[in-house]
Amino acid sequence: MIRHPRLARPLLAIALGAGLAAPAMAAERELLNSSYDIARELFAAINPEFIAHWQETQGEEIAIQQSHGGSSAQARSILQGLRADVVTFNQVTDVQVLADDGLVAEDWQQALPNNASPYYSTTAFLVRKGNPKGIDGWEDLDDEGVEIVFPNPKTSGNGRYTYLAAWGFAEHQFDGDEEQIQAFMRDFLGNVVVFDTGGRGATTSFIERGIGDVLISFESEVNNIRGEYGSDDYEVIVPPVSILAEFPVAVVEENAERNGNQELARAYLEYLYAEETQRLLAGFNYRVHDEAVVEEFAEQFPETELLKVEEVFGGWDAAMETHFASGGLLDQLQRR
Amino acid sequence: MQRIGDAPAVRRGLIAVALLLAGLFLLLPLVAIFAQAFAEGVAVFWTNVSDDYTLAAIGLTLFVTVLTIPICLVFGVALAWLVTRFDFPGRRLLQTLIDIPFAVSPVVAGLVYLLLYGRNGWIGGWLDAHDIQLMFAWPGILMVTIFVTSPFVARELIPLMQAQGSREEEAAVTLGASGWTLFRRVTLPNIRWALLYGVILTNARAVGEFGAVSVVSGAIRGETMTLPLHLEQLYQDYNTVGAFASAALLALLALFTLAAKAGLEWRTARQEVSP
Amino acid sequence: MSQRAARLALPLPARTQRVLPGFGLSLGISLTFVSLVLLLPMTGLVGQLKGLSLAEYWAIVSDSRVVASYTVTIGAAAVAALANAAFGLLMAWVLVRYDFPGKRLLDALMDLPFALPTAVAGITLATLYAGNGWVGALLEPLGLQVAYTWVGIALAMAFTSIPFVVRTVQPVLEDLPPEVDEAAMTLGAGDATGFRRVLLPYLWPALVTGTGLAFVRSLGEFGAIIFIAGNAPFETEITSLMIFVKLQEYDYAGASAIASVVLAVSLALLLAINVWQGRFIRKLHGGRG
Repeated sequence: MIRHPRLARPLLAIALGAGLAAPAMAAERELLNSSYDIARELFAAINPEFIAHWQETQGEEIAIQQSHGGSSAQARSILQGLRADVVTFNQVTDVQVLADDGLVAEDWQQALPNNASPYYSTTAFLVRKGNPKGIDGWEDLDDEGVEIVFPNPKTSGNGRYTYLAAWGFAEHQFDGDEEQIQAFMRDFLGNVVVFDTGGRGATTSFIERGIGDVLISFESEVNNIRGEYGSDDYEVIVPPVSILAEFPVAVVEENAERNGNQELARAYLEYLYAEETQRLLAGFNYRVHDEAVVEEFAEQFPETELLKVEEVFGGWDAAMETHFASGGLLDQLQRR
Repeated sequence: MQRIGDAPAVRRGLIAVALLLAGLFLLLPLVAIFAQAFAEGVAVFWTNVSDDYTLAAIGLTLFVTVLTIPICLVFGVALAWLVTRFDFPGRRLLQTLIDIPFAVSPVVAGLVYLLLYGRNGWIGGWLDAHDIQLMFAWPGILMVTIFVTSPFVARELIPLMQAQGSREEEAAVTLGASGWTLFRRVTLPNIRWALLYGVILTNARAVGEFGAVSVVSGAIRGETMTLPLHLEQLYQDYNTVGAFASAALLALLALFTLAAKAGLEWRTARQEVSP
Repeated sequence: MSQRAARLALPLPARTQRVLPGFGLSLGISLTFVSLVLLLPMTGLVGQLKGLSLAEYWAIVSDSRVVASYTVTIGAAAVAALANAAFGLLMAWVLVRYDFPGKRLLDALMDLPFALPTAVAGITLATLYAGNGWVGALLEPLGLQVAYTWVGIALAMAFTSIPFVVRTVQPVLEDLPPEVDEAAMTLGAGDATGFRRVLLPYLWPALVTGTGLAFVRSLGEFGAIIFIAGNAPFETEITSLMIFVKLQEYDYAGASAIASVVLAVSLALLLAINVWQGRFIRKLHGGRG
């Protein structure tokens, strides 16, 4: 059971006055997981499992709290003092920011298997039924008249992956010819009709508002959307070439130490690699590493060539610097 | 006497246009909120409203509002008393300073508090070392709420107290009234409706503040989510009905605010006619 | 009501210095509050700006995308304010001059945008005016797209600032002496001419004040707009979003720089409105305002 929000505290405070309200009397140990904004349902499913698992193996009753928001905004909050014990982000850079500040161990990517990324995904397309614009891959997205919806790469990690995936495709396609790549990217970005600040905002624009011909988001997300809104109205297209999107996790050492949660935090993250959790993750349409689960779900995930940010862009730092920094390529490409 | 615009055709035309526009731009959004909230029936609405997270958000919102009002009230009365009853250098400046929250975008308001009291701020660093957490906990939410709502009471009182002048109070002082008695017996009865109006505005803004609170909240579900933040998260979670259920609660509160204000105006108008 | 009080604002009686008690107490409370709550946090902003050289500051605030956002914000705010000037004048006129069923309700409804949280206004307007919303579905076939365009931004701004014009013009109109109308009628002018030549000169100071306040409010609005703006670079990005974007990039100095521009413009406008209002009250009452 997820810990019940403590409604009693504020209400009690109203009755007794502010002075008595301040000390929060936690009955049980609490772990705060700071996560990206589209992972709410995912962790709402994982947390009860882990709580039961911990109770079984350690005989201790714990509670897990969730904070969700844009991955960068979440990292910023932690830098400014949000006392999260663990982070489960969708952006390597956002964990790196914490590591640079000393809040997360320097070698965090080695602390857990697969670059500390228990699951991964890629970017995929959601189109309207029958795929009226005939969109099968990135090469169809710079065509005139194709309306694209994806979140703003400036404010959203999801948006950055989409941008990098398109660039990676173009580099592949045009054999590294910078001029052609940029022309493709310019047309591609020019086709974007709404730049929402986050992934969910983009979904709302595409689904609820009926804007655009194609929504680009994580494969997991577009599959979940199709599940949510019915396979009769939408189709998922996984392009043959796309990008590897890692979902890095780390213990925020300084906070975990302060909260006395170090082993609990580590156990929580390790639990994400357990077979039953990996199965749960696959159920949410994330690609996983556990071999038994991979086999089970093989049909669900089409084979795709996944480009790595490290290989195509020389790592996240370089990608941020060249593409997303103020005055970088993204800014230049959007200039009119 | 015939006045401008009294011709029946003009009158009817203008009233019709006014009602049409008000209906389209004010009433329709209001209707839409409730229509969306009840789109899947009363039961679903109720499930959403009685959800634990929603209740926690309502609790936090009320808690912050209840603390904000008295603080803004004391400040507003003190400031209004100061600038309308005394002349001193810097009076005008002080009056302009209280407008800062109107000029600052709420997101920026949240940001400046975070920069100061966050872990990297010069006060926040000290607080962090002493294990006191203000930001990403209810005190931070309270602080920014006080910031954005601070001008309302003072702004309501100043013009009124200026217009009333201080003769009554001076007379009372000559008759030997002490400070507290003077305020309670002479000033308060004169300003009570404006005071109440200021409180109503403060209340409406405190309950609904979004931008500033979102920056300092930390968005911990069930802990630091106010009702407007909760609403936004539900909206992001494809739970449109849930989001609009929360929106309906806030709209209901807005309607209550409007009714209270209309009631006050009616009372004041009656008082003006028969003083 | 305060507005009524404002119009009664007579020249202040010469103050008898400090006969009344409470100077120290009220000064203490006010100064403590103003310094702790209002001024102290502003030092954070100044601190961030100090880290920038003048050239860096200029580069940030004059970046072409940021400049485009100024244009969008100011343009939409101007349209919203002007629309509100017309709408507000009409509402004030109807509410003061005519009696009709539902008048009290209409009067109360005018304050809705202040009472309704901006996030609620945002999601509601986006839902209504999207292509598949109640209103959007009617407008779309006419080729008029509101949500996710510049029009949507102006609409959200206009909605959140409706009460300003209505509530500043209303008391002035209520207070208008009947002779003014009489004068207009004896001139033999028609309604339109009479209104324009005789009434408008009385109303326009209040109209300008209300419109100005609506404009300032629109410049800073974020919550309501973000849901309905398309956020496309150079086209539908507002300045508040640029601040938000800088924050996402951990660029506090950049965010502070842009925020300082908005803050300076808003404060200057507020000050101008205050001065303008002061002069107008003085003119009306022939005393000091």
